[in-house]
Amino acid sequence: MNGYAISAIYRFELARWFRTLVQSLLSPVISTSLYFVVFGAAIGSRMAQIEGVSYGAFIVPGLIMLSVLTESISNASFGIYMPRYSGTIYEVLSAPISALEIVIGYVGAAATKSMMLGLVILATARLFVPFSIEHPLWMVSFLVLTSITFSLFGFIIGLWASGWEKLQIVPIMVVTPLAFLGGSFYSISMLPEVWQRVALFNPVVYLISGFRWSFYGVSDVAVGISLGMTFLFLTLCLVVIWWIFKTGWRLKA
Amino acid sequence: MQSIISVQNLVKTYASGFQALKGVDLEIRRGEIFALLGPNGAGKTTLISIICGIVNATSGSVTADGHDIRKEFRAARSKIGLVPQELTSDAFETVWATVNFSRGLFGKPPNPAHLEKVLKELSLWDKKDSTIISLSGGMKRRVMIAKALSHEPQILFLDEPTAGVDVELRRDMWDMVRSLRDSGVTIILTTHYIEEAEEMADRIGVISKGQIILVEEKHTLMRKLGRKQLTLHLQAPLQQIPAQLANRQLELSPDGTQLIYTFDTQADATGIASLLRQLSEHGIDFKDLHTSESSLEEIFVSLVHQR
Repeated sequence: MNGYAISAIYRFELARWFRTLVQSLLSPVISTSLYFVVFGAAIGSRMAQIEGVSYGAFIVPGLIMLSVLTESISNASFGIYMPRYSGTIYEVLSAPISALEIVIGYVGAAATKSMMLGLVILATARLFVPFSIEHPLWMVSFLVLTSITFSLFGFIIGLWASGWEKLQIVPIMVVTPLAFLGGSFYSISMLPEVWQRVALFNPVVYLISGFRWSFYGVSDVAVGISLGMTFLFLTLCLVVIWWIFKTGWRLKA
Repeated sequence: MQSIISVQNLVKTYASGFQALKGVDLEIRRGEIFALLGPNGAGKTTLISIICGIVNATSGSVTADGHDIRKEFRAARSKIGLVPQELTSDAFETVWATVNFSRGLFGKPPNPAHLEKVLKELSLWDKKDSTIISLSGGMKRRVMIAKALSHEPQILFLDEPTAGVDVELRRDMWDMVRSLRDSGVTIILTTHYIEEAEEMADRIGVISKGQIILVEEKHTLMRKLGRKQLTLHLQAPLQQIPAQLANRQLELSPDGTQLIYTFDTQADATGIASLLRQLSEHGIDFKDLHTSESSLEEIFVSLVHQR
């Protein structure tokens, strides 16, 4: 294991993030705060409780997940796309470092950023709505798992993208809709029967459901299934990345 | 002498079908400066990229310091430093951060003293806290070299190191490369500048259209360089070279108006005087004469065009 290399990549990525800390951290915090003001305070006060949880508190886990998902993907995809675009990837490819170590460095850094962001948003939310966390350990576990999984997914997008537009297209066209339809703002049980079934094909449903369970003990699907689905997606991403490095696709001519 | 890099029957066909390398064999000796010459698109960068692990070979094998570059990539790559042709760098990083990054990437523990030495040798020490984007082109080039030297490689690849670099800096780089060689580093450089190869290299290889067409000691090549030609413009055209002059290195131009004599300037006797005497004995008059020197450039061009 080339520990120095992992730490070099990891610190390089974090340094990049800290250089732009204001944009990286402030913009998601502001947009999430707006959600809390609009949905939590303004509209939420007129809405009934969902499964015994006030609407303002109900949307907290979903909103955190929403930010963690999008930030994981954008951080990780940018992190690997940028050196490919600028050409500095030559150094990583010529270094005595395995694919696994490259992934740990880049994905680890992206996941770290998302987790920090998730915690910052959690703290911000506390300013707007009172809530408690029933299973803090599970909450952290879901946060870590989701950050890693979607950072892996973002890493794949960053390897796949052949232009800046492609880098944006998956987050905008696929992930944001899935996250919004994944129960950030409502319980799946509030949907008509048919749409409830459709929703079960949305992987984000499982993440948000599990995450919300760790807060309030209520969930749309069983926690075990949530966990299982997250691991399934994680494994899928790992397999894809393993294949990319094995074949050198988009990395080596 | 033992080879530090051994390339065997290396073939690279790109996905587009373009065959960049057509079975390259090359041995680089430990501690030498090897210059790889070739026109654009000859396969120089492809060859280097494969050895460094940036491009996958289609077939063939490469060992670096005895380690197969695929099976023992860690051992092989940790010995190699690469300065690529293009100036690619992380624009917003500082010089100090980027050399530290490179060192770590190659699995070496932090060593500020070594990095300081490298930066000082490259006259970059006072720029260590500058972001790379703020540096001039020549400085960026030196940053690339500093990155490659940050992890103390045994083998250094310099892909067109002095392209777009001013004369003074080029001299500095040559000095630096020589002192690296003196410290035991093997250096492989590609270049368009023949004078650079002449100035620097111990051995010279010429690659053209994906094949190595010549590998020779520079001194051997210099001897060929030492060949001169004397051209005599004759008063009256000759049908053929007179039999008495057949033992001379003489050529007759197709129209019979010029006699061309090739000789070695390094030899003690060039034979010009006796040739001229012989000519007048046979009543061959000439109205003009001139001598020309073949340069490495001409040798190079003729080699490349023969193929």
